[in-house]
Amino acid sequence: MTRKQRRLSLIGAALGVIALAVALVLGALKESIVFFNSPTDVVEKHIKPGTRIRVGGLVKQGSVWRGDSLAVRFEVTDGKRTIPVAYQGLLPDLFREGQGVVAEGALDSAGTFRADSVLAKHDETYMPKDVADALKKQGHWKDDYESKLGAAAQGRAQ
Amino acid sequence: MIAEFGHYALVLALALALVQASVPMVGARTNDPVLMAVAGPTAVAQFCFIAIAFAALTMCYVRSDFSVVNVFENSHSAKPLIYKLSGVWGNHEGSMLLWVLILSLFGALVALFGGNLPARLKANVLAVQSSIAVAFVLFILVTSNPFLRILEPPLEGRDLNPILQDPGLAIHPPLLYLGYVGLSISFSFAIAALIDGRIDAAWARWVRPWTLLAWMFLTLGIAMGSYWAYYTLGWGGWWFWDPVENASFMPWLAATALLHSALVMEKRDALKVWTILLAILAFSLSLIGTFLVRSGVLTSVHAFATDPTRGVFILAILLLFIGGSLALFALRAPLLKQGGLFAPVSREGALVLNNLFLVSACATVFVGTLYPLALEALTGEKISVGAPFFNATFGPLFVPLLIAMPFGPLLAWKRGDLLGVAQRLVGAAGIAVIAVAVIFAMEGGGPLLVPFAIGLAFYVMAGALTEIVERTGLLRVPFATAFARARGLPRSAWGATFAHFGLGITLLGIIGETQWSLERIAELKPGQSMSIRRYDLHFDGVTTRQGPNYRELAAHFTVRRHGDFVGVMEPAKRSFPSRGTATTETALMTRGFSQLYLSLGDPNPDGSLAVRLYYKPLVLLIWFGAVVMVIGGALSLSDRRLRVGAPKPARSKAALSPAE
Repeated sequence: MTRKQRRLSLIGAALGVIALAVALVLGALKESIVFFNSPTDVVEKHIKPGTRIRVGGLVKQGSVWRGDSLAVRFEVTDGKRTIPVAYQGLLPDLFREGQGVVAEGALDSAGTFRADSVLAKHDETYMPKDVADALKKQGHWKDDYESKLGAAAQGRAQ
Repeated sequence: MIAEFGHYALVLALALALVQASVPMVGARTNDPVLMAVAGPTAVAQFCFIAIAFAALTMCYVRSDFSVVNVFENSHSAKPLIYKLSGVWGNHEGSMLLWVLILSLFGALVALFGGNLPARLKANVLAVQSSIAVAFVLFILVTSNPFLRILEPPLEGRDLNPILQDPGLAIHPPLLYLGYVGLSISFSFAIAALIDGRIDAAWARWVRPWTLLAWMFLTLGIAMGSYWAYYTLGWGGWWFWDPVENASFMPWLAATALLHSALVMEKRDALKVWTILLAILAFSLSLIGTFLVRSGVLTSVHAFATDPTRGVFILAILLLFIGGSLALFALRAPLLKQGGLFAPVSREGALVLNNLFLVSACATVFVGTLYPLALEALTGEKISVGAPFFNATFGPLFVPLLIAMPFGPLLAWKRGDLLGVAQRLVGAAGIAVIAVAVIFAMEGGGPLLVPFAIGLAFYVMAGALTEIVERTGLLRVPFATAFARARGLPRSAWGATFAHFGLGITLLGIIGETQWSLERIAELKPGQSMSIRRYDLHFDGVTTRQGPNYRELAAHFTVRRHGDFVGVMEPAKRSFPSRGTATTETALMTRGFSQLYLSLGDPNPDGSLAVRLYYKPLVLLIWFGAVVMVIGGALSLSDRRLRVGAPKPARSKAALSPAE
């Protein structure tokens, strides 16, 4: 093999692997990404039943209902619209009424969101970013997080 | 006083870092040995001052000095001492301080142990290393000062996030930082070589041990973090493709590629430009990881600081270093002479293939991690890219890499014999086929993927051993001869075998856990039982206990196998009044390499308790494999070749070493 052929074979291998990677990424992006929606988005975008999405908002006060064998129903709200959610399984430690939550799953034909995973990814001073943004959009950003931050900032300023 | 002392030490460290970043560089340009010699002592002094600052912050935590904002926000007087200590880096400011501490530690190590480095190279390396320190110490002092005071100190602190109050957190971040900040050394070496416009095989011999060291810590850190997530989060998952995990995994992939390409450069003087680029990329990915984690741009289970000004500052550092280094690379790389011809089928060719796949796999992780952020910034659309994406992209790219892996060490340098190597791997392939058949028979049908995946894992392990078996003649000559030969083999050969074997072990664990894992969820009242596989768990009842800073509700389970008593499991729920939060303490029972995993849900009003029980076959192999990889790294690091002698041209060395 000449020097040129050697170089070409290397470049060919590189292009092959890169093409494979690009094809895999494009394919996977089409198939396996999940869009995040607020309850308002779900209603306004007319999301079809069966499409996998994430819904995020606050767990509506007084809406949590526990059934047999770990079935749970609750409502997720962004202050404007409310979506009923059904889930079966253990809820995360931080799941609480009035707190932020993100559920992943799909709508059924009756308009109930069938979640197969529920995330409550926050502690006392942290709200999931998606949820916070969705709430801000609806003008319902009343979490005490910012006031706490403000207090800390004042502490720092002194 | 102590906090001010630490603050002052940090300011002094910044001043020293500025000197170290400029004076030796000028010295290297003007060829002034006195100016170049400034680098060594300042590097050590810089480390000492940052260590003083770190010690001062630690003292504030140990003494629960709540007049310091950082201590007030992240500590509590009732917290056990170990969590007071780990609390130092369990928050944004403190972890950045740990970051620069480790950065300066590596600088000091080069200064102390790089005695036989050429003076110019050493001066440039330490200057570049210090310029990173300047940027990050400035970042701490301007945006994240851990030493700020509160005018009217509160009596009690706000406590550390309970989920972080775990022995895992005490070890995980320092290990991880030793890893990905350690990559700064190979970055500094790469930049120094570009500044100097000179690079040879000796350069690769300097870079490889440092990269190896960083890689070992990174491997341990990632494995530790994965195990921590596994037992703390209570979902039984050990890898979530969470952006924060990816932030450490991308540098690991790049560093692994770098280790392999530096090998080609050291032995064959080829792939110079590529190796330099990889060194730059590996540390750039570390910086991007720091940005992702520290700027608060992520929605992530690792919820730390959220403050946009910091994000902008780190972004500026990021652009400066990554942009600057890549620009320098574009200017200088064409000047580097390429050497060492090789045929596509050769050891070099195999290592190039390894690099191609590792870098492509790293790129897919990069896309999956940053695409959602980019999409949200550009269109406002929010998406989540989760495990399905990574399984569909990362998996297919890793499979060919694993198949090719045993071929690499068996191929000769320059020009290899693919057919001959394939013949030598027949044994490994045979073992794999047996494994496939056994698993297929055990499964009795089921998805074909599982037996083949297990077969692949056995092939990787057997393939890793093939080289050692071949070189010692284990199956052909008497055992004593083989043993003597084995002792005579270079440690680096053992290192590669261990590392590759470890990867096979991890693979086996991953397949076992993902394919055969069983899950049971139930609501139990005291006296009831549940069973999984051949294990019966009897729920005896609950007790409440008072911990140092929490209350604990513990459930007692008696575990029996075929009626025989095996042990007890005590999962618990802890509630931390200082933060009003709860954590789930899972109970683990190890059976061989498998584990029973029990975690509690919420107690119901009717007195029953929701529990989640998993049987996780082979799960421990995932982390055990990582440990074996690290042992491989340590063996390779202890190789005589890396410790002895002044830099020699690789060519004469290659001529002396026996044909491989």
